[in-house]
Amino acid sequence: MVALAPSLGTILDVRRRAAWREPSALPGFRGAFAFTLVYAGLIILLPLAALVARPWEHSPADLVHGILQPRTLAALRLSFVAALAAAVVNTAAGLVIAWVLNRYDFPGRRVVDALVDLPFALPTAVAGIALATLYGPNGWIGSLLAPLGVKVAFTPLGVFVALLAVGLPFVVRAVQPVLEDLDTALEEAAQTLGANTLQTFARVILPALSPALLTGFSLAFARGAGEYGSVIFIAGNMPGVSEIGPLVIVTRLEAYDYAGAAAVGLTMLAISLAVLIATNWAQVRLARRGAP
Amino acid sequence: MTASTRALRRATGFGPVLIALALFWLALIIGAPLATVVAEAWSKGSEAFFNIFKQPDALAAIRLTIIVAAIAVPLNAAFGLAAGWSIAKFEFRGKALLLALIDLPLSISPVISGLVWVLVFGARGWFGPILDVAGVKIIFALPGIVLGTILVTVSLIAREIIPLMAEQGSDEELAATTLGAGGWTVFRRVTLPNVRWALLHGVLLCNARAMGEFGAVSVLSGHIRGLTETLPLHVEALYNDYDFVGAFAAASLLAGLAVVTLIAKSALERVGAPRSTT
Repeated sequence: MVALAPSLGTILDVRRRAAWREPSALPGFRGAFAFTLVYAGLIILLPLAALVARPWEHSPADLVHGILQPRTLAALRLSFVAALAAAVVNTAAGLVIAWVLNRYDFPGRRVVDALVDLPFALPTAVAGIALATLYGPNGWIGSLLAPLGVKVAFTPLGVFVALLAVGLPFVVRAVQPVLEDLDTALEEAAQTLGANTLQTFARVILPALSPALLTGFSLAFARGAGEYGSVIFIAGNMPGVSEIGPLVIVTRLEAYDYAGAAAVGLTMLAISLAVLIATNWAQVRLARRGAP
Repeated sequence: MTASTRALRRATGFGPVLIALALFWLALIIGAPLATVVAEAWSKGSEAFFNIFKQPDALAAIRLTIIVAAIAVPLNAAFGLAAGWSIAKFEFRGKALLLALIDLPLSISPVISGLVWVLVFGARGWFGPILDVAGVKIIFALPGIVLGTILVTVSLIAREIIPLMAEQGSDEELAATTLGAGGWTVFRRVTLPNVRWALLHGVLLCNARAMGEFGAVSVLSGHIRGLTETLPLHVEALYNDYDFVGAFAAASLLAGLAVVTLIAKSALERVGAPRSTT
């Protein structure tokens, strides 16, 4: 918390220790804060409380049993493994794209830069049917891959391909501002001291970018693991093979198995949050080590 | 556009290879699906494409999509402004917790954002029996679709506004207050103009996501054609009926919205709003 001016601070010292907020001459805190709390409470906290509370309502054993069904486990594994693989590829691809957009001038750079955000703005169902058609047996890419014996649509590989688009902007947009602030003098100094391009990249640029890369990676991963719309059309949704975690939730809800659906939802959310918190922690450590 | 502050190099050495690689990847991952939408929508000619505007179910879906966004976006904008005012202009305990709560929906699967409302208001939800007695329908009706959409998009505007308001501090507001302006006047005349571009930026993103939301709405809608089907759900229904031209025609409307959103967004970023990181 920001400390008050010393004189005022001394006068209000006794009161400040008791108060949960620092006094301010600005009006309107009460109303805005009350609205914020009520809205966040009703829209975010109340429904999430249901997600946390309801898997246990019959018995804790039910929760464990509901998750450990082979079909559910297979779906969760597919969602998280595909998200992990796609996030790894996206971290590399996002780094190259951010680098190219921030460092080189080429015709159409602004358009390309704007286009990177398309997966944020394009409805997932639209991306879903487009990908299923594109990689289907008669699609532009699917018909090229078919003679090679590669099947993307309606296989687990399709889930991975769909998540490549979903996660890409997270990495690019996380890296770009850091790349922008990176002092080119450092690179020039490294090169003056005899480092070649690869050494400069590995020793100077990559360490500076790694916290941002980690942020992009974890956001792409979390978003990919929960992705539904752009995946279900291309996945084929075969139970135990190409069925994703969110689809298990939908299927259980359709059978009015609320506790079972909530159990899967809570598990997915817990894994995603654990990954986000872990990468956040790693990022803080990286940033501390990387600080000059 | 952030890159404009730095002199861009002409590509040398690895440069052309990297540019080609980046453009190829973007064409494959983003360009090809977009081109597919357009090509498939027009594959049977313009008449088949424009047929979408003659189907009552499609028109109903468009209307519902607009209604949902027209409710969800202003509410989330009001929330973003209130959260910005209380979080950025005042110091209180538990602020970090509140910020984390506001960010939380971004890490939740859209399907879970739908599921949670079923757990609360569904037939076997917490309030299901009471709602049933009262004759109020939330799940499989407009209120449920709106709630799901709001939860998915609640963070988008707040995240644009809170950091900007915090960066601007409250000196200008304090000066206006000292000069005798009341709370609303300060907000309307000082704070709001200062954050107007960020607000617009957030509203654009929020609107695009609200109109395109699929997972949450799919769980909450009940899929009744002409009644509780939004445009993205209608795309799915047409596609599953093997009406591919219809599905891609409806999809191209949504893709058009996405492209217009991106153009407006990059225009805004040139006027001076901060770049979004989500």
